[in-house]
Amino acid sequence: MAVSVDEAVSTVPARDRPRPTRRLGGRGRSLVEVALLTVLAVLMLFPVLWMIETSIKENRDVYAVPAEFFGFTVTMEHFKDVFVGPDGGRSALSVAFLNSAVVAGVSTLLATVLGVPAAWAYSRFAVKARKDQLFFILSTRFMPPVVVVIPIFLMYRQVGLIDSKLGLILIYTAFNVPFTIWMMKGFVDEVPAEYEDAAMLDGYTRLQAFRRFTLPLLVPGIAATAVFALIFSWNEFVFAIFLTSSDSVRTAPPAIAGLIGGTTTDWGLVAAASVVFALPVLVFAYLVRKHLVAGVTLGAVRR
Amino acid sequence: MAGIEVTALHKRYPDGTVAVDHVDLSIGDGELFVMLGPSGCGKTTTLRAIAGLERQTTGDIRIGDTLVNDLPPAERDIAMVFQFYALYPHLRTRDNLAFPLRAEGLPKAEVRERVAEAARLMRLDQLLDRRPRQLSGGEQQRVALARALVRRPRAFLMDEPLTNLDAELRADMRTEIKHLQGELGTTMVYVTHDQVEAMSLGHRIAILNKGRVEQIGTPLEVYDRPASLFCAAFIGSPPMNLIEVAVADEKLRSQGGLVLTPPPGLPRDRRLVAGVRPEALEVTTPGAEGSVPARVVSAEWLGDEIIYVVDHSGQHDVRVRMPPTVRFAADTPVGLRHTGGTPTVYDVHTEELVA
Ligand SMILES: Nc1ncnc2c1ncn2[C@@H]1O[C@H](COP(=O)(O)OP(=O)(O)O)[C@@H](O)[C@H]1O
Ligand SMILES: [Mg+2]
Repeated sequence: MAVSVDEAVSTVPARDRPRPTRRLGGRGRSLVEVALLTVLAVLMLFPVLWMIETSIKENRDVYAVPAEFFGFTVTMEHFKDVFVGPDGGRSALSVAFLNSAVVAGVSTLLATVLGVPAAWAYSRFAVKARKDQLFFILSTRFMPPVVVVIPIFLMYRQVGLIDSKLGLILIYTAFNVPFTIWMMKGFVDEVPAEYEDAAMLDGYTRLQAFRRFTLPLLVPGIAATAVFALIFSWNEFVFAIFLTSSDSVRTAPPAIAGLIGGTTTDWGLVAAASVVFALPVLVFAYLVRKHLVAGVTLGAVRR
Repeated sequence: MAGIEVTALHKRYPDGTVAVDHVDLSIGDGELFVMLGPSGCGKTTTLRAIAGLERQTTGDIRIGDTLVNDLPPAERDIAMVFQFYALYPHLRTRDNLAFPLRAEGLPKAEVRERVAEAARLMRLDQLLDRRPRQLSGGEQQRVALARALVRRPRAFLMDEPLTNLDAELRADMRTEIKHLQGELGTTMVYVTHDQVEAMSLGHRIAILNKGRVEQIGTPLEVYDRPASLFCAAFIGSPPMNLIEVAVADEKLRSQGGLVLTPPPGLPRDRRLVAGVRPEALEVTTPGAEGSVPARVVSAEWLGDEIIYVVDHSGQHDVRVRMPPTVRFAADTPVGLRHTGGTPTVYDVHTEELVA
């Protein structure tokens, strides 16, 4: 993937701008644009900003009417509460975060280990009814997960996977493998098969050729794909809430949701937990942003 | 070093495409054998089958005395140069060359020696520490050739190795490859769609069309006696004029009155086409002796020669090669005269050479 961000972005067709702004032209246009974008940005970012603010407000400021935007006392108490329990030991939330990390990490790893070689095979070999197979693989993603959650629940109860991390790992892997195959097939298609051909003529077996020559060229693609899979597993809520119940197994999304309701809701804690929850995804997305763009615009970019 | 025997090679892809249709080739030890044909005629597929990268549907491939049908590419001891050079992008020239040797597990000292030798042969000494990205197309091509040389394989397979180079460089590399092959004496199968390349390189040429062999012969044979209408139309620039003729009074006569000497043993009862090279015709002043009336449609002045395109009654676009000293303006009436020897004659229906 010799694709830089600029290249990848430039392949997106320039959309026609709305007429009125075009007529204004020059400065006028840019003013209107900036104004519109600012309104949009405020609308979109307000919940995020509010969440961050709430996470560092003291409880009485959280409930203050009218709401305090700036003049509140900053506190890190809520963040401490996310990790430290009332008894001084580890909090239930911190266990949930750890569970999330384990479940998302392992399921992503499994999906990558299974999906990348599969993608390679679909790209390189004359598999019978390849298109039908690929379509079938993709079709498992057509359904919203919530549709299958009850049958899965019943099956899991039969085989004893209910309320276990392994159960979540398996179901997330099952959802991520098709995605990985489809993403990675695009990346493998971009790597000329001649590298492997040449390596095979040079005395390597097909698998060696794949490992030594194709795999290194796939690393950016694998990174992008894995981040998507990771984000899916990390964010997943429906299966997590249906298939787990105990605090020791529960992942972060249902754990955070569980903070809401009951007699009182500690909004500061909810906000702090949400910030902690959002952070890894943001960091990861930022680290691989270049490959994400390349991955998403794949197909629009030629070798 | 070894010859290559291909017997009844047949390749049908899973989607039903028959890429190679019962092809027989017998390539001698040390021969530079060219496979020539238009795009999609099955050249690459044949080459990949010989290399072991593609499994044939039926048929046998022998390299030397070994039947290699079931051998993986690594055990066939051949080197291939791809149209897209397939140099490992993350390796320097030096390591690209050394790679096949390391795969064989040769001692370090010998690897170094062989790499140096191949680099010297292909004049790569200055480029050993560059990566493929830092090389020009011609340089990449030389590295690819050196990588093929370095292993001293039993045979070289070349799949349109010069297609991506510009014309001048292509001519240079052509000379270089021919020289190198002669020097090393290694069997080489060279695939191209460029007839000039085929004519100038090949000891023998196989002309392929739609997965079948149309003709195998030396460049001279292929030029002088194309075995089919396809070969006649494919070889030569401009190609042969194919003129419909009838046998009458021991002569071949075209509709427009052109008279040609028939080769012996012509069947009488079939529709025939005579193949006449542009240099076997001549444009004359109207009414010159032995000429038929014609009209100049256009003239391409190529410096050392002029290609006239003329019409003569019922026969359009006859191409005539003339020295640049003879000038006729477009649209002028002229004479057309046959000056060469006996033409080749084809059956209209079978499209094959009859005499
Ligand atoms: N992997 C493949 N699957 C199906 N058809 C193929 C495949 N590779 C080549 N073909 C077809 O086989 C024919 C011969 O191809 P090829 O050997 O590449 O021709 P050439 O090298 O002479 O241009 C073409 O019609 C091509 O479309
Ligand atoms: Mg080809």
